[in-house]
Amino acid sequence: MSDPPSLEGEEPDRLYIVTGGRGAAVPVELDLVTLVLAEGEPAGGMQSEHAEILRSCRYHPMAVVELSARLRMPVSVVRVLLRDLLALGRITARPPASAPARAELPDLATLKQVLVGLQNL
Amino acid sequence: MDSRTSDQPTGPGTVPGVRAEAAPGTVPGIVPAAASPAGGDPPLRATARDGLKIVIVGGFGAGKTTMVGAVSEIRPLSTEEVMTRAGIGIDDPSRVRDKNTTTVAFDFGRITLNDLQVLYLFGAPGQQRFWFLWEQLFAGALGAVVLVDTRRIADSWYAIDRLEAHPLPFVVAVNRFDDAPGPPLERVRDALDLDPGVSLIECDARRRASTKTALITLVRHLTALHDLPASAAAREPVT
Repeated sequence: MSDPPSLEGEEPDRLYIVTGGRGAAVPVELDLVTLVLAEGEPAGGMQSEHAEILRSCRYHPMAVVELSARLRMPVSVVRVLLRDLLALGRITARPPASAPARAELPDLATLKQVLVGLQNL
Repeated sequence: MDSRTSDQPTGPGTVPGVRAEAAPGTVPGIVPAAASPAGGDPPLRATARDGLKIVIVGGFGAGKTTMVGAVSEIRPLSTEEVMTRAGIGIDDPSRVRDKNTTTVAFDFGRITLNDLQVLYLFGAPGQQRFWFLWEQLFAGALGAVVLVDTRRIADSWYAIDRLEAHPLPFVVAVNRFDDAPGPPLERVRDALDLDPGVSLIECDARRRASTKTALITLVRHLTALHDLPASAAAREPVT
């Protein structure tokens, strides 16, 4: 068996403590609609929640919020687990590329694409 | 009922810790994730790489989940966020059971727009005590649809106030879900004290075509905002 980095016995806040925990503490790459894709199969001995995430997004990306719903874990908890996996290089995250900045409008190209997509419904 | 929240009080009037949309009969489209086998819903395309958000805001029982379900390619899913009482997102799973944390449930669905883009629709609980969730839902969103139940128009005031403050552009859709005629749109506009520039439409959130029209109205509204002068595009009220 390979020897994956063990997550056992570590402090739950080992990877990050966000200063002050303000809204900015949610990095854009882990937005609710950031899409997550596993980079491989779960490794033996891996924490079960980590393994479950990897199985859920092994072949198709899955949004953070959908992982939360399907794994029945609060979004905050899923974010912690995803940061673990990101730090280990076991997932990649696709942040929302077209999200407008606060108080900015979505760009016209994005709006056009959304319009076409909705009209095709 | 989800085991994690079954020990929590439900119903209006209770303090934080409540599930947002737990009233029976008000959200017929909802399917708890627990009852939703992953195999039943189509996965995202492997090429998907750009998640977009539209938020549907409305009071309790206004039909948000119904609206999401009318156009979503998956059955609406429900999940929850845990926040501290202070409204600060927690980042430590060991604190999830703290007395000082609040759990709020919200629903969502999705629409694949093309090979790259997928649009997520979020139903945001409109109650004032859940304001802390909104920041997260509004961040990066394209815009919002305020779904109004004309029997409880006042439920929308706070949501509209928050949208204007964020600011996040929105349209207002009056849900005619009960087939009752209800007050005319102009009276709704007055009651909500809506800016003349805000689109106000009727819809039937149960119907796919009607919900689709509401979303398209929002996108057209956003497009039109691009034509306003820069100062107005910042969505300051036009005087």
